Amino acid sequence: MIPPLSLEIAVLLLGIGMLLVESFSKSDDKRGLAVTAITILTALVGFSFFTSGNATIDPAKAFYSADPTALFFKRIALITTVFVLVMALEYGSVLTKFIPGVTPGAGLGEFYSLPVFTCAGLMFMASAVDFLLIFVSLELVTISFYVLVAYMRRQSASLEAGVKYLIQGALSTGFLVYGITWIFGLTGETNLSAISQVLHTREIATVPLLFGIMLVLVGLGFKVAAAPFQLWVPDVYQGAPTPITAFLSVGSKAAGFVVLIRVLKPFVAVPGVGEKVIFVLAVMAGLTLIYGNLTALPQDNFKRLLAYSSIAHAGYLLVAVASVNKTDESIGSAGVAVAFYLAGYLLMTLLSFMVLIAVAKHSRGDDILHFNGLAKRSPFLAFAMLTAMLSLAGIPFTAGFIGKFLVFAAAVQAGKFVLVGIGIITVAAGFYYYLRVVAAIYWQAPNDDTPIVVQPITRCAVGVLAFAIFFFGIFPQPILNSLHNVPGPVVRSAQR
Amino acid sequence: MLNLIVFIPLLAAIAILLGAPARKTALGAAVAGFVLSLLAFLSYDKAQGGFQFLSSHSIAPEWKLNYAVGADGLSLLMLLLTGIVTLAAIWVTPKIEKRENLFYACVLFIAAGAAGAFASVDLFFFYAFHELALIPTFLLIGIWGSGERHTAAWKITIYLGLGSFVLLIGLLDLYLAIPEASRTFSLIELQRLAAEGIIPAAAQSRPYFLLLIGFGTLISLFPFHSWAPTAYASAPTPAAMLHAGVLKKFGLYGLIRIALPLLPEGAKVWTDVLLVLLVGNIIYIGLVTIAQKKLDLLLGYSSVMHMGYIFLGIAAFNVVGVSGAALLMFAHGLSIAALFAMAGMLREKNPTLSLNGFGGVARSMPWLAFAFGLAAFASIGLPGFANFASELAVFFGAFRPAAGLSEANFQLATVFALWGVVISAVYMLRAYRAIFMGEPGKDTTSWIDPVKMMRWPVTLLLALLLIAGFAPRVFLAYVQPSVQALLPK
Repeated sequence: MIPPLSLEIAVLLLGIGMLLVESFSKSDDKRGLAVTAITILTALVGFSFFTSGNATIDPAKAFYSADPTALFFKRIALITTVFVLVMALEYGSVLTKFIPGVTPGAGLGEFYSLPVFTCAGLMFMASAVDFLLIFVSLELVTISFYVLVAYMRRQSASLEAGVKYLIQGALSTGFLVYGITWIFGLTGETNLSAISQVLHTREIATVPLLFGIMLVLVGLGFKVAAAPFQLWVPDVYQGAPTPITAFLSVGSKAAGFVVLIRVLKPFVAVPGVGEKVIFVLAVMAGLTLIYGNLTALPQDNFKRLLAYSSIAHAGYLLVAVASVNKTDESIGSAGVAVAFYLAGYLLMTLLSFMVLIAVAKHSRGDDILHFNGLAKRSPFLAFAMLTAMLSLAGIPFTAGFIGKFLVFAAAVQAGKFVLVGIGIITVAAGFYYYLRVVAAIYWQAPNDDTPIVVQPITRCAVGVLAFAIFFFGIFPQPILNSLHNVPGPVVRSAQR
Repeated sequence: MLNLIVFIPLLAAIAILLGAPARKTALGAAVAGFVLSLLAFLSYDKAQGGFQFLSSHSIAPEWKLNYAVGADGLSLLMLLLTGIVTLAAIWVTPKIEKRENLFYACVLFIAAGAAGAFASVDLFFFYAFHELALIPTFLLIGIWGSGERHTAAWKITIYLGLGSFVLLIGLLDLYLAIPEASRTFSLIELQRLAAEGIIPAAAQSRPYFLLLIGFGTLISLFPFHSWAPTAYASAPTPAAMLHAGVLKKFGLYGLIRIALPLLPEGAKVWTDVLLVLLVGNIIYIGLVTIAQKKLDLLLGYSSVMHMGYIFLGIAAFNVVGVSGAALLMFAHGLSIAALFAMAGMLREKNPTLSLNGFGGVARSMPWLAFAFGLAAFASIGLPGFANFASELAVFFGAFRPAAGLSEANFQLATVFALWGVVISAVYMLRAYRAIFMGEPGKDTTSWIDPVKMMRWPVTLLLALLLIAGFAPRVFLAYVQPSVQALLPK
């Protein structure tokens, strides 16, 4: 049995080691670094199954928790980073074009080591049960993203994306901190369970408390790309290097949601406050669904389409978060729905970005029309993309379907029929814009006939992801097992 | 046995995608599927009744979710229909010019989806298998279709996607309306619970409405029908046969299997609305069908129209009506598949299928004229064909609906439905006259009948229609006990 904290320590040490090698190594080719990191991170995923549980600390004094949810999201962070590094390897040749004055393969060391730091931040976020740790780990994630988004220094789109992300990110951090100070001022605590105790024992003025929560919601809404804080998403996603876009849309969203669930947990059970918070969440969910899905309809650029789709999926996740209810059954429970949805979302989004990188490299562009006739150029990649799109659209026998199934089960259970109605319309919209890609791949004739070749490691990763989408779409039990004791946000606090 | 029926086409499709010879593998799988479904049909122990050939594998113990197959008389009839139509559809497929492997794989996926849905006794897989057909249809129409194929493919996919999502919400609502302790996905368990009246009457109306809209969209219930005619007109022949013949029956099967037993009170609330809609199917769509000038659209609309009769039988809520509806599902599946198969043969001669582009074809293609005549008569509902026997049962059932339903409304609807028979006679006979009778058209004299090999599938479909028409009892003996068990006492 390994103490859980050692996972984060190992990731941090790996990141520091990579930085040192980058600085002092004589070799120009840094691809070996990425391969090493991939190996070590994969091994850590394996080790995560052998961690010992929480030591018996008073939850009101802890700042770090190693419950099953935390472990689950740590694995999500690790797996995402592994696939992002695989993508970074495939993307390296594109990247060197936009970095000034380097020989091929050089100058990429930071591009491989910064994601590792982000990963450590995401893992801390998954475990954070204290506002201070939440804030610090969030900053670790965001700051490394600032660098990564603007990594292609010679491309103005990337720089523009970097600036936009920096300004909006700093602003949202401000909101978050301000919200935290209000809550701290009212309760005198930063620890979430201590706050929960205070809320249950003392009378707290409702209006300032709500003000604080709303500020925190603004900050987190930015991180998970929820409307009306989503405006940065399309430009940043389109401008950033593609592997980083994938990382942003998966890693940062998963961590954002785990924090959202944890932070809201103490508050939704407080009478007079809980209902209002849920209402605001429901409104955000509805807006996010409508905005994300309807604006995705006319997109012609695939990367931008995925950006809007990422907003859309944030909407479905928010539907689940807003559908907290009193059931502990796993069908109809919001906590399980969010976790399962994120796991499926991870697989399908990473898969579509991975295929995008391979195709964009050969077609010199990432519009939907560059996918024309992919079925003829590379049946394997075409099938992988088909899998990803089916899963994103939510067709049965894919992981994406089970996620949607659970989300809407939670919504029906909670009686949120307005959200369900919006969901029906947006799912239909999703069918259109995801299947447009399928139509391009299978209906259209290719623009050029050259077959697409990809590196063996990418091929392998694509195969694993496509297989996992079908596997978890048919056998959801392994994910459910690792989710046991997931805190449905309200369930637990209501019992407390 | 049922596992084989579901997995043979599925595995064959995967093998074809991986490079097995397309037509041979597909035909082999179709023959195997047909023989197995016939065997299952014949070896079903009617004296014992209930669900047989059960087998179950646990998928998610935490949710009590199982992959479980089993069949009673009703599902066996539907599986038999799937087997026959799949065989006929693959058999009549002409030479595919481009991407033959993908084509046959898609057709087999549709067949597997239909077979899986009818064989499942688990709510989750019942739903999921049906969706297996969605994307293959999208590809089949989009790549190999004719005419406005892209529009048609988008329309059917979005409509059916939307419909099945409403259906999913309805099923969830139904599932969550069951008290937490006894929640289950097993259809057999649900049927048992239904007998105990597990869902309170007040909570039945909303899920039934959602199911009616969801299933209704899949069945092309008026006014959610507009995807069907264009899709069938543009789809390649085997896709049209399978979709109109088999897949559309999924929604009706679902209504009988799930909505009627579990939500009887909800059904009663919405019966009058359903009556209006189904009369819309029969009369409005019937008149639209008369106005069609192309054979493929005419057949597409006629298949939408005939759904009205089946709805009428289901709405009547008594054993006569519902078993008539079930038999009509079988009969309609066979007749529309035969008609689409022959429309496909005519399309090879005259790609537009415009009715005024034919004329006097009976002289050059006597076999086709004869077979098309039989199928058209069956579709109209003339005595001697299964359609007649089952429509008669539907009308009898609807004239005396179950207790608690308004008899006057039903009798009015039945009168409208009877006029529908006249309407279908008008459009079918007009089409027949335009194609096969009269002065020979531009180059119809040089056409020849399809080779003997290609006649077999149509002959098989027509033979079964005649058998079921002369001896409906053989099939009703399967259906009636199942329906009896499903309807509330």
